[in-house]
Amino acid sequence: MISSISSNHIIIAPIGSFIKDSILKQLVEFIYDRCGLDCRIEAKVEIPDYCHNKIRGQYDSKEILKYLISHSHPKSLKFIGITELDLFVPILKYVFGLSQINGTFSIISLHRLYPGFYNDPPNPNLFFSRMQKTTLHELGHAFGLTHCREKKCVMYSSIRIADTDIKESSFCSTCFELFKWHRENTK
Amino acid sequence: MNKKTRILIVDDETAIRESLKDWLLEDGYSIDLASCGEDAVAMAGEKNWDIIVLDLKMPGMDGLETMERLKEIRPETEILMMTAFATIDTAVKAIKQGAFDYLVKPFDPDEVDMQIKKIVTHKQLVMENILLRQQLEDKSRYDEIIGRSDSMQEIFDLISRVAPTDSTVLITGESGTGKELVAQAIHGNSRRCYMPFIAVNCGALPDSLLESELFGYEKGAFTGAEYTKKGRFELADKGTLFLDEIGDISLKTQVELLRVLQQREFRRLGGQDLINVDVRIVAATNRNLQNAIREKRFRDDLYYRLNVISIHIPPLRDRKEDIELLSEAFIRRYCLEMNKEERKITPNAKKLLQDYDWPGNVRELENIIERALVIGRGDKITEEDLPFSKKTDTLPPLPKSLKLMEKVHIERVLSENDWNISRSAQDLGIDRQTLYNKIEKYNIQKED
Repeated sequence: MISSISSNHIIIAPIGSFIKDSILKQLVEFIYDRCGLDCRIEAKVEIPDYCHNKIRGQYDSKEILKYLISHSHPKSLKFIGITELDLFVPILKYVFGLSQINGTFSIISLHRLYPGFYNDPPNPNLFFSRMQKTTLHELGHAFGLTHCREKKCVMYSSIRIADTDIKESSFCSTCFELFKWHRENTK
Repeated sequence: MNKKTRILIVDDETAIRESLKDWLLEDGYSIDLASCGEDAVAMAGEKNWDIIVLDLKMPGMDGLETMERLKEIRPETEILMMTAFATIDTAVKAIKQGAFDYLVKPFDPDEVDMQIKKIVTHKQLVMENILLRQQLEDKSRYDEIIGRSDSMQEIFDLISRVAPTDSTVLITGESGTGKELVAQAIHGNSRRCYMPFIAVNCGALPDSLLESELFGYEKGAFTGAEYTKKGRFELADKGTLFLDEIGDISLKTQVELLRVLQQREFRRLGGQDLINVDVRIVAATNRNLQNAIREKRFRDDLYYRLNVISIHIPPLRDRKEDIELLSEAFIRRYCLEMNKEERKITPNAKKLLQDYDWPGNVRELENIIERALVIGRGDKITEEDLPFSKKTDTLPPLPKSLKLMEKVHIERVLSENDWNISRSAQDLGIDRQTLYNKIEKYNIQKED
């Protein structure tokens, strides 16, 4: 656990789908533990229909981010949206999450983090671990970090779920220093 | 790559461009965007990228045409084609035309990451290979040019420094010293190396033909011009034009050439439109151009245009330390071609080779080694295998007919001058046109 490096806080909110309180609270503790940042849980945000791509049966994460940017004005350092919806960006078949690099908003999809998605038996610990890593990864992007070459670092690019499972739920020392630097230089 | 890999994304759909940009930015790549092929081509003139991710179907200039244009400007840039309508045909066509690979939209994140990393690794390997080759390469060799003498080492050094620039180069040296090899080495080690190297032997063509060869002609420009033909200048666009025997061109062609060198544009014979070209000029001559200037046979302004960098190749008799190295290289080459065991040269034969004056320079040495390997029967090249070992001088009896005598004499003079028309005409005491007429009249043909 690290000491608090900010008086500002982060908002965590469900997006377009119901998310269990226990999951959100778990994330609040995790972010405080890893980053020393306070989090507040806010009410679910509904998203407009146009974010749903009927042909792909998925939700356009970029459109969701755009919607959040234009409709939410959080008085917080960062805003992390959590959703059960399956997300994509136009050029890719799917994404686990998306952030504005060095911006305010991030969105994380839990859809492909459940072991059941890969026909594996339920495993709550594995699911939580994946959710933590994905959230910290997107938060890192929101603080201006790019991907790390260190496979164990949480900022290593998760192209497939196996990448997420291999990495740890923390920044490597270099990324942590960068994270602190960005954090201190974020107004 | 130590520096950030630079990627240009070309797609007419904003959502595709932006989402791919966001994805690649997360990996720390440096990204630029273009919304159409025309913009990408215009941008390529100003900026360079390691990879261009290019959409196949776009309004206006499509992906294949854009790729062709981009490859002309930036041949070293790898192109990754993307398409939403993949068929084997389009994929094969794209790859055949030079794309590194192709991706079907939307991509699996795995695929795009793998392809980009594959290209980065490929480019790293190419760079490492070049560096390794440079380190390993024999210092007595520069591309196809061989020589350990100080004078040749200086030339190798000069080629290395001159090749990457676009400066005009004038190569001087006697016949057979390897001027064209030097020109090829300059081209091959320049940024133009993937573009054409076009050689023109200015001395071998009569005036009117030379102009149409250099500048091309429009259909109907003259009798017999049944179709529009591109000239060598156009063919060499973005590459190198090697003008051999430049000292032999007429004053009229010199003026035309000077105009192109100054303005970088010209008209085809009979044409109205000005054609712009980006051509590096490397010229060569075995003549003393300064003497020619004094005798008003060569324009001094053209000389100064051509002689920006000059490389003089010394005759073989002035660098005799290279004879053994060259002989061994030619033996290796011809034994390989003839599927023969490699042969050594006896000490006596070596001495003969060293003592000979080599008026025909390296070309003569090459011919003599080839001949020795063909006619020699032993496992070594001996003095008997060399034509200058004995003064046989068994010339065939002279013909009695005056007409036949003239033909034989012209053949001999042409052969002695390596079929250089201007020089042969000068030796024969006639003008070039008369010589052309006689060549035609007697049906004299160049022996291979």
